[in-house]
Amino acid sequence: MPDKQTVIFKNAPIIVGTFTVAGPKEKKGVFGDYFHLTLDNDLFGEKTFEKAECKMMETAIARAIEDAGKKDGDIDLLLGGDLLNQTVSSSFSARKFVIPYVGVYGACSTMAEELALAACLISGGSHKTIACATGSHFSSAERQYRFPLELGNQRPPTSQWTTTGTACAILEDGTNKKGVKITSATFGKVVDFGVIDVNNMGAAMAPAAFDSLKAHLANTHTSPDDYDLILTGDLGKMGQEILIDLCERDGIKLHKNYCDCGQMLFTNKQNTFMGASGCGCSAIILNSIIYDRLKSGKYKKVLYMATGALLSLVTSQQGESIPGIAHIVCLENC
Amino acid sequence: MDAKAREKGYLKYVDSKTPQTKMWPTLFYAFLVGGIICVIGEGLGDIAKLIWPTLAEQSISAITSAGLVFLASFLTGIGVYDKIGAFAGAGSIVPITGFSNSIASPAIEFKNEGFIFGMAAKMFVVAGPVIVNGLASAFVIGIIYFIFGI
Repeated sequence: MPDKQTVIFKNAPIIVGTFTVAGPKEKKGVFGDYFHLTLDNDLFGEKTFEKAECKMMETAIARAIEDAGKKDGDIDLLLGGDLLNQTVSSSFSARKFVIPYVGVYGACSTMAEELALAACLISGGSHKTIACATGSHFSSAERQYRFPLELGNQRPPTSQWTTTGTACAILEDGTNKKGVKITSATFGKVVDFGVIDVNNMGAAMAPAAFDSLKAHLANTHTSPDDYDLILTGDLGKMGQEILIDLCERDGIKLHKNYCDCGQMLFTNKQNTFMGASGCGCSAIILNSIIYDRLKSGKYKKVLYMATGALLSLVTSQQGESIPGIAHIVCLENC
Repeated sequence: MDAKAREKGYLKYVDSKTPQTKMWPTLFYAFLVGGIICVIGEGLGDIAKLIWPTLAEQSISAITSAGLVFLASFLTGIGVYDKIGAFAGAGSIVPITGFSNSIASPAIEFKNEGFIFGMAAKMFVVAGPVIVNGLASAFVIGIIYFIFGI
């Protein structure tokens, strides 16, 4: 019997539509051709970066609903979350829709958190169709967490680059339907190994990723080899290596089927050091190329594990360590 | 106890994995760009001396500083100084141009939040600590100077 951390869905919900919006740097990155809409200017015709992030979110939600062949009124619930204080991008974009809204916060783990929550609600029978939206914007995050954009400082070699991108997935009751389904989910525990360096998020989040992965594999009686792809959120180059090390010490072998979205999103030439981060990072990869490959049958079973660093500017300035979290959903084409 | 020991072990492991900044290239670029900025400053001073030959040395250095501050603010405004900074590090932070950039960049950044609580309030968010610590250490040195009368 799996413990309470993992939920295995008897009537697994199905993903019926997705949409991704990505910024100019992401467009030039590895997956530039796969995103549904890419921007040439990260202001997206708006006056401020916050407004641009909000508009990107609105676009992702509206177009995902369209992609699912639905209307606003067909969606029972909108789950939204982002990085800005009081999750304004999500709630502000929810103003545009006549859909009941619930805001969630899981830092960069938001997409997996929302998918897992939505799957529980649908499978439990209280809701039929749920939209899950999240995103981040480099410029709005940078000014909230770090320095002004035009300040001539250097980034440390362990730093990551916040993704400019938003994504939305529409989930529906999957009874008697075939397609990409969420068959199980593991809600992560908050794990803190005492890392205080805000420029080293990968190291702060890797233990949480390990903790959730170990629990998920044990509770579902699977091994890494049972999946076509194991995808972590934004551990970055170093965090990815740490996770592989931590797993190996525990006898879990992560092979070539393991990838990290943060490590993959940008090319080496784009000078992002450890890679990408942010809610948008894994969300835009999952909802574009990964979803397409699952849908086409190229992948049968993908373990999506988004990681989040649950810090704020105030806690880090007060010298607190960085708690990490990782939520897992298992996506299967069945 | 066990959790503490585990944490300590993990942090030690992370330290061993963390890539360090490459010292020699960083130093080289810092000195190169810092040097170029100083040469530009010297050039500005020389030009000022040519235009106003009777001006006192102190006024010449004031004109030089003002010229460099203007130049750095301008480059910040057109989005070039941050790229120089990413390359040069301390080379473009330590000279007066870095100070200019540290005030101009938040001024640009926070203008959307209004003139008073945005731009004016946030203008010294980076330079503020430099001024405070500069003044505080000046006081300490001044007191030492006063007591020992050197």
